[in-house]
Amino acid sequence: MSAGLTVAVPRGALMGGTLDLLDTLGIDTAEVRSNDRKLLFEDAGIVTMRPSDVPTYVAQGAADIGITGKDVLLEQPDRVVYELLDLGFGRCDMVVAARRGDDAMDEALRRLGRVRVATKYPRIASAHFAETGRQVELVEVKGSVELAPLTGMVDGIVDLTATGTTLRENDLEVLEEITVCTARLIANPVAHKLKAEAMDELVARIRESQS
Amino acid sequence: MIHPIPPGTRDVLPDEMREQRAITDGLHATFAAAGYGEVWTPTLEYEEVLGTSAGASGYRLFDDQGDVLALRSDMTLPIARLAATRYPDAEPPLRLCYFGHAYRAARRGSGQATEFLQAGVELLGVAGPEGEAEVISVLLEGLDAAGLARHRVGLGDSALYRELLANLEVPAEHHADLLARLAGKDLVGLEMRVSQLGLPDSAGRLLSRLPELRGGPEMLERAHEVAGPALDGLARLYATLEDKGVADRVILDLGLVRHMTYYTGAVYEVYDPAVGFTLGGGGRYDELVGRFGSPRAACGFALDVQRVHVARAAEEGLR
Repeated sequence: MSAGLTVAVPRGALMGGTLDLLDTLGIDTAEVRSNDRKLLFEDAGIVTMRPSDVPTYVAQGAADIGITGKDVLLEQPDRVVYELLDLGFGRCDMVVAARRGDDAMDEALRRLGRVRVATKYPRIASAHFAETGRQVELVEVKGSVELAPLTGMVDGIVDLTATGTTLRENDLEVLEEITVCTARLIANPVAHKLKAEAMDELVARIRESQS
Repeated sequence: MIHPIPPGTRDVLPDEMREQRAITDGLHATFAAAGYGEVWTPTLEYEEVLGTSAGASGYRLFDDQGDVLALRSDMTLPIARLAATRYPDAEPPLRLCYFGHAYRAARRGSGQATEFLQAGVELLGVAGPEGEAEVISVLLEGLDAAGLARHRVGLGDSALYRELLANLEVPAEHHADLLARLAGKDLVGLEMRVSQLGLPDSAGRLLSRLPELRGGPEMLERAHEVAGPALDGLARLYATLEDKGVADRVILDLGLVRHMTYYTGAVYEVYDPAVGFTLGGGGRYDELVGRFGSPRAACGFALDVQRVHVARAAEEGLR
């Protein structure tokens, strides 16, 4: 981009909001929008990747700044990056859900002393159950978490939901809301010092466009 | 047949070793010329001496007596112990330097070294900006001698935020949470928590935007008007660095916080534009040597030699 900062842009649900934001900052995203397979756009100073890789590239300095979800940052607390701004878009809820009308979680806790929970977010899930004083057995899955309670493998799930449609379609209901997650602007700690001017200008312009 | 070595450790072969040796030779010559005597301390120490919070690496074992030994996580704690026990009555100042491996457990796949070579100095018995300015000068000279050309030092004050919280009469029960968010670089959470304190606008802005205050002397002057006497120490140190002619490589950074908990005053970090990670850092730790029974002012720095080497190679790539 113009100020010489390299931006890590997340592919997937946050990509649209991210590219819209970059457009308002005067960064040309047309090539990124029209090219689905290319990953590196040197002219625009943009690299694209899955959201969970954004903190990795930014922490290592391969990108100066990046946009990713708060869920990703909560799950990777050992990546040293600055969390500069809440960008507001991409709003999702991190929730505990289980089969509708089924008290499998309470029942498991009462009789077996622990709940079994499937998730892609083991750190967030274990912190939530620890904070609420419940023993938990976490089962880490990579694909559709909704399947896990339906097959009886677990009593509940911890997952991210935007509208709740997928949960409803699979006959699951939200039992607890853990936290709200939105898109965040993050920065490499060294770039935050050595490219301070460009970074401050960018943050100021985003703050302005938000207010 | 695979004979692995533990993740985060490495073998060093002659080509790399030759370049690394040139770096440590350059550093050593600088330290020696500045009057710093080289010392060596044991890699393993008693865990109760290092302390579990700051000193231990996460690697520990039992010796034949059943005592718990730990690998050191940095060289500052062992040298504080050495200074207090071997030089309890020495005339200050005491100038010591070291080249030694330290250890920190890291998550697999993080790309972090668990064993790393540190080179650094400790200056004991010199209080105030003269001590820090000497150490920062030696640090900058050492990096020149190690072959770097574009390095910068970020300079902050580890006591600053705490002092501002006290001056602005923020209730003590909020301090730990705010300091943790600052240390975690969570500026979104920091701003949110500060806004909930119901402070006047200018005070709230100072506390939530402090990490944005980084730059040269103009920034410090502007911040001085808002933050007041809490910045006197940093201003004095910067003036001393200007007198020594090294301030042009120093970036003032009011939100700078270091990972180690023993710092009591100035803190600094080393950056190079060619790489995205810090090359080392240090600060003032006036209360640490007293923990071993011989209180005295102290400050120092440590460089990660492998990281300096990577930065030097990266700088060459940019030329």
